[in-house]
Amino acid sequence: MELLVASAIGVLVACGVYLLLRGRTFPVVLGLTLLSYGVNVFIFVMGRLQSGAPPIIKPGAAGYADPLPQALVLTAIVIGFGMTAFVLALAVKARFALGNDHVDGVERSGPERVP
Amino acid sequence: MSHLIIAPVVLPVLAAVLVLLAGRRQTLTRAISVVSTSGLAAVALALLIAADTGEYQVYTLGQWAAPFGIVLVLDRLSALMLLLTAVVGVCSLLYAVQGCDQQGKNFHALFQFQLMGLNGAFLTGDLFNLFVFFEVFLIASYGLLAHGGGEARLRAGIHYVVINLAGSALFLIAVSLLYGVLGTLNMADLALKVAAADIEDAALIRSAALLLLVVFALKAALFPLYFWLPDAYSSASAPVAALFSIMTKAGVYSILRVYTLVFGAEAGAAQWVAAPWLLPAALATLALGMLGALASRRLKGLIAYLTVASVGTLMAAVGLFSVDGIGAALYYMAHSTLIIAVLFLLSDLIARQRGDHRDHLERAAPVAQPVLLGVLFFAGAIGVAGLPPLSGFIGKVMVLQSATATGAVYWVWGVVLAGGLLSIISLSQAGSLLFWNTDVKAEKPPLAAPASAAAIMPVAALLAGIAALSALAQPMKRFAGDAAVQLLHPAGYIRSVLG
Repeated sequence: MELLVASAIGVLVACGVYLLLRGRTFPVVLGLTLLSYGVNVFIFVMGRLQSGAPPIIKPGAAGYADPLPQALVLTAIVIGFGMTAFVLALAVKARFALGNDHVDGVERSGPERVP
Repeated sequence: MSHLIIAPVVLPVLAAVLVLLAGRRQTLTRAISVVSTSGLAAVALALLIAADTGEYQVYTLGQWAAPFGIVLVLDRLSALMLLLTAVVGVCSLLYAVQGCDQQGKNFHALFQFQLMGLNGAFLTGDLFNLFVFFEVFLIASYGLLAHGGGEARLRAGIHYVVINLAGSALFLIAVSLLYGVLGTLNMADLALKVAAADIEDAALIRSAALLLLVVFALKAALFPLYFWLPDAYSSASAPVAALFSIMTKAGVYSILRVYTLVFGAEAGAAQWVAAPWLLPAALATLALGMLGALASRRLKGLIAYLTVASVGTLMAAVGLFSVDGIGAALYYMAHSTLIIAVLFLLSDLIARQRGDHRDHLERAAPVAQPVLLGVLFFAGAIGVAGLPPLSGFIGKVMVLQSATATGAVYWVWGVVLAGGLLSIISLSQAGSLLFWNTDVKAEKPPLAAPASAAAIMPVAALLAGIAALSALAQPMKRFAGDAAVQLLHPAGYIRSVLG
């Protein structure tokens, strides 16, 4: 279970960083989203992995899940969602104001340009 | 427990809500914004006087006892940051109400949210709460940066937003890693837990600490993470750029707070974890900032690079992690925040009188008020370059003195003094091009109306602040030294928070 979650976080962050380094705004936004997914799972896992344990006091419970990372991840999700919406709006605005969707606002010219 | 500590967070929120309710009524929104920000300055002054007794004031939100609830903690450093924010806020706002605030929507609401986020970040005693306040002032700053529109702002805005979102992801990883290992987020409690941590956890704690350093260095614009700053600050409108001069200081504040309190002398395996990295990074920042200033083709770009260089100077003093070093850094921080704000506002006044040439450093018709603007520019230039008699000189002397007894003395003296020389060269080039080497035969630009007294006033007020900082150098130095002592002896902080 730990191995599965840890490698899932690794793959999410690796894909996120790769997309973040792309030249067009849409892959960059996707990269940020994947990165924040990876981070959110990471925060969640920092409360340790266990199943069936109650997060709040319950008579007769054998053990408890840590409720704080769940609260933190909720905050992080809300903030991340807001930021993604903002950066999407900004990217769309830049696309129409600058005439292209390159992150630098200028289309690269020369032989490496992809048609 | 005094409720005044929460006022710097609550007041701007209330003002922002009122501004949104007031909608398009221009005079009303301006009045609310100005009243709230001036109130903030009064509150900050009262808090500064209260903090200077040397006692920590702790405010437990919702009466939840630390370390379970969130606490706000006021000490000398927090109070100084609050006052600086309020002073820069009032002056930028008074400049903005001359017309800049009407170039886009919701300027005042964003402005108030930015102040709220900054004040909260300076007060909070909880690491996750620090993240939340960082996000609050960042999202407000995204809006403010784009205020007024235009292609340059959009282009700089995308870079700024994306790099800060990546920074936020790193912040979350570091914070949750610390929580996963130590089980707390309260900074005072973290300090105790780090000191008592097992040796097996040392590598994780050190990684989290250094990840946090990357995040704070990104906000503070430290080498090699400063590349976002020159474009962002030089494309923002003048009052926004002036306000942003305090925003880089939020990164500096976080470094000062976290690396003295949590990862300071008592931190066991993570003791002074930031120290080997800060000084070299700071000196590189200073050198590259000054070279950038020398190469700038626009006045605002020049000032943005001087902002980078000033962060380098003050982080070099912080990097010594001594009472003298941090004291010097705090004095220099007050000076550099004010002087950078002066220069950004002034650059807009100059640009308005140069027609299509704006703030580009090229030969153009003389400005409409060469004497007034020339004198102000000269005062700002000697302030930022660190020439006597203004506080920049005193601050730099303090920085140099604090380095004398350390092993880094040649590096610090060499880079700071050479940087000073480069800044004098770049500023005298810019100044002579703007005011002396003018093209008198060229047609006067059609819009060269002289600046109104109301537009000059905020610049003059900030310069008066610089003059006060120079004249009151002795009490200010004493205050900065006391604040440094507080930072380097965190036992009192921990005892006040955890009871």
